[in-house]
Amino acid sequence: MKLFAGILLGILTYATAAFAGAGGECGVAAHLVHADAAMPRVATAITKSKSLNVVVVGTTSSTLPGANGQALAYPARLEIALQKRLPGVAVKVISMAKPRQTAQEMADGFPKILKDEKPTLVVWQTGTADAMRGIGAESFQATLEGAVDRLQAGGADVIFMNMQYSPRTDAVISTAAYADAIRWVALEHALNLFDRQGVMRQWSELGTFDLLAATKSLDTAAKVHDCIGRLLADLIVEAVSTDPEKKDIIKQ
Amino acid sequence: MPPIAPAGRDLRLDLFRGLALWLIFLDHIPANIVNWITIKNYGFSDAAEIFVFISGYTAAFVYGRTMQQRGVVVASARILKRAWTVYIAHVFIFVIFMAEIAYLTRSIDNPLYNEEMGALDFMKEPGDTLIQALLLKFKPTFMDVLPLYIVLLIGFPPVLWLLLRGPTVALALSVALYTASWNLSWNLPSYPTGVWYFNPFTWQLIFVFGAWCGLGGVTRLGSFMRSRWVLGIAAAYLLFAFLVVMTWYFPRYAAYIPKWFQDWMYPIDKTNMDVLRFAHFVALAVVTVRFIPIDASWLKSRFVKPMIMCGQHSLEIFCLGIFLSFLGHFVTSEISRSMGIQILISALGILTMIAVAWLISWYKDIEGRGSGSQPKPSDADLAGGGA
Repeated sequence: MKLFAGILLGILTYATAAFAGAGGECGVAAHLVHADAAMPRVATAITKSKSLNVVVVGTTSSTLPGANGQALAYPARLEIALQKRLPGVAVKVISMAKPRQTAQEMADGFPKILKDEKPTLVVWQTGTADAMRGIGAESFQATLEGAVDRLQAGGADVIFMNMQYSPRTDAVISTAAYADAIRWVALEHALNLFDRQGVMRQWSELGTFDLLAATKSLDTAAKVHDCIGRLLADLIVEAVSTDPEKKDIIKQ
Repeated sequence: MPPIAPAGRDLRLDLFRGLALWLIFLDHIPANIVNWITIKNYGFSDAAEIFVFISGYTAAFVYGRTMQQRGVVVASARILKRAWTVYIAHVFIFVIFMAEIAYLTRSIDNPLYNEEMGALDFMKEPGDTLIQALLLKFKPTFMDVLPLYIVLLIGFPPVLWLLLRGPTVALALSVALYTASWNLSWNLPSYPTGVWYFNPFTWQLIFVFGAWCGLGGVTRLGSFMRSRWVLGIAAAYLLFAFLVVMTWYFPRYAAYIPKWFQDWMYPIDKTNMDVLRFAHFVALAVVTVRFIPIDASWLKSRFVKPMIMCGQHSLEIFCLGIFLSFLGHFVTSEISRSMGIQILISALGILTMIAVAWLISWYKDIEGRGSGSQPKPSDADLAGGGA
C-alpha cells in the first residue's frame, strides 16, 4: 500500500513538474495553487487588447529590502513570468505595496488606483497588518467585501493573497481569523485566492527553503519571491485558459 | 433571602472545567494537529464559553454563600482578593511570555519577515509595553482570558448582591448590557490599537448566566431542561451548527447554504460573543446535563479523576497550560513540527497538567491535615483553587 502510494505520488509530482509553469523547487507547492474562478476581465484584456495591467496592493511582505529589492520582489518576478507565458501581450505589473497598511487603508486608495492605473487585475495582499494592529476580523471581512465589489465595478478582476507562513511569529500575531476571512470573501464572491501561507508552509515542511534561518542575506528571500511570482503567473494563466478560444495565445 | 439550592459538590463542573483547560491548552499551540479534536471545530462555541460559564457558576456558589453568611463586605473583599490573585497570575505569565519573545527577536532576523518582525516592536519600548500590560491594555495573543476574568470579578460584588435578591432582575440587566454593547459597540481599549479580544461587556452575559444557574437557576429551569422538546431543539441546533462548521472545512458544500442566510448569519463574532455562540453553548449544556446526571457513578471513577483534578485547580492549571503552550509553540517552530512531535507535545502537556494538579491536591491535603482544627476549605478549590 505504502509503495503504491509512493509510486502514485512520484507520478503526480512528475506530472505537476512537467505541466506546471513554475517547475523546479517551486513546483513542490504547485498543487496548492489553483484557479477556482474565471477572470473574465483579464481574459478579455489578453485576447482583445493584447495588454494586461496588473496592480499589486499590499504591505511590506510584498517587497524586499535593499537596492535590488524591487527587482527581486514577487511583483517584478510576476511581470517577467507573465511576459514569458503570454507572448505578444504587453504585461505591466505595478507594485503599490506600502508598510503597515490595513485593508481599510488600502481600500481607501482603490478609487485613485482605478483611475490612475486602470488595472485589469488587482492582486490584493492583506491580513498581516490588520492582525498586527488588532483590527477586528469581522470588520476586516466587511472591508474586503465592500472593496471587492467596487474593484470589480471599476473593471478589475481580483486575486487575494493571504499572509506569509511565519511560524515564529505565530505566538504574537494571531492570523487564523484573518486567513479565514479572506478565504470566505474569496469563496462568496467567486474570486481566486493565492494561498501564500499554505505554499510557504509546504516549502518549509519539505525543506525546499529554510524559512527559519536567522540571516541578513537576501538569497533565500529572493528565491521565495521568485517562486511566488511564478506560481501567481500560473494561477492567472490557468484562470484564463479554461476558455478554449483563448488557449492558443498562451504558451504552455 | 432564598437559600442556595444544591448543597453537594457538582463534580460535573470540575470535570468540564478540566476539559476546557485541556482544550484551551491544545488550541493555544498554533498549527497543532491535535486541535482537530477540540470542540471549536464542531460548533460555534468553544472552550472559552465553558470556562467563563463555570467560573461564574462556582464564583456565585462560593461567594454567594459567604455573602449570605458573613455579609456583603466580607464576600466583596474575598471576590476582590480573588481578582488580585488572578491579576498576579496574569502578570507572571506575561513575564514568561516576554522572555520567549526576547529570544525570538534575536532569532527571527530575516529580510523575508521584515513585516512580521514589526509585531515584536514592543520590545523596543519595554517601558511603555510594561505599563500598558499592567493596565491590562497590552495583551499578547492568547493572553486575553485572564484579563476578562479579572474585570468580571471586579464587577461581580454588586451583581452577586442583586442576584441574591432578584435573580431575574440581575439576569435581565445582564442581557440589557449585552444588547446595549452590541448596538453601541462598547468595549475596552487595547494597546497599541484596537479593543479587547474578549469584550467584557458582552462576555459578562455568560458569566452572569453561570452565576444565576449557580444560585438555584438550574432548579428553576428544572422542568424546562427536562422537557423533550427543549432537548430536541438543542440537539437539532447542535447538528445545524456542526453542518455549518463543516462547510468551513469543505468549502464546496457552502453553496448549499442560501446566500441570504449566510448574510444574516455571518460573521459569527467571538469578540462580542455572538448570540449564535451563546445559544450553542446553552444547547451543549442542555444536552450534557440531560445525559450526564449529577450522580452519575462514573464521575467518581479513577478514569475521569485526572480531568476533575485539573478543573479543581483551574487558575494554576490555566496558567500552566498557557506556559506549556508557549513551550509547545517553541518546540514546533524551532525543532520539529512533524505530526508525531505535535501529538507528543499535546500528550506531554496534558500529562504535565495532570501531574501538577495532583501535586497541588496532595499539598493542600497535607497542609489541611497539618493545621488540625480547621476543616479542609473545599470551597476554595471550588472557586478555582488557591482563593
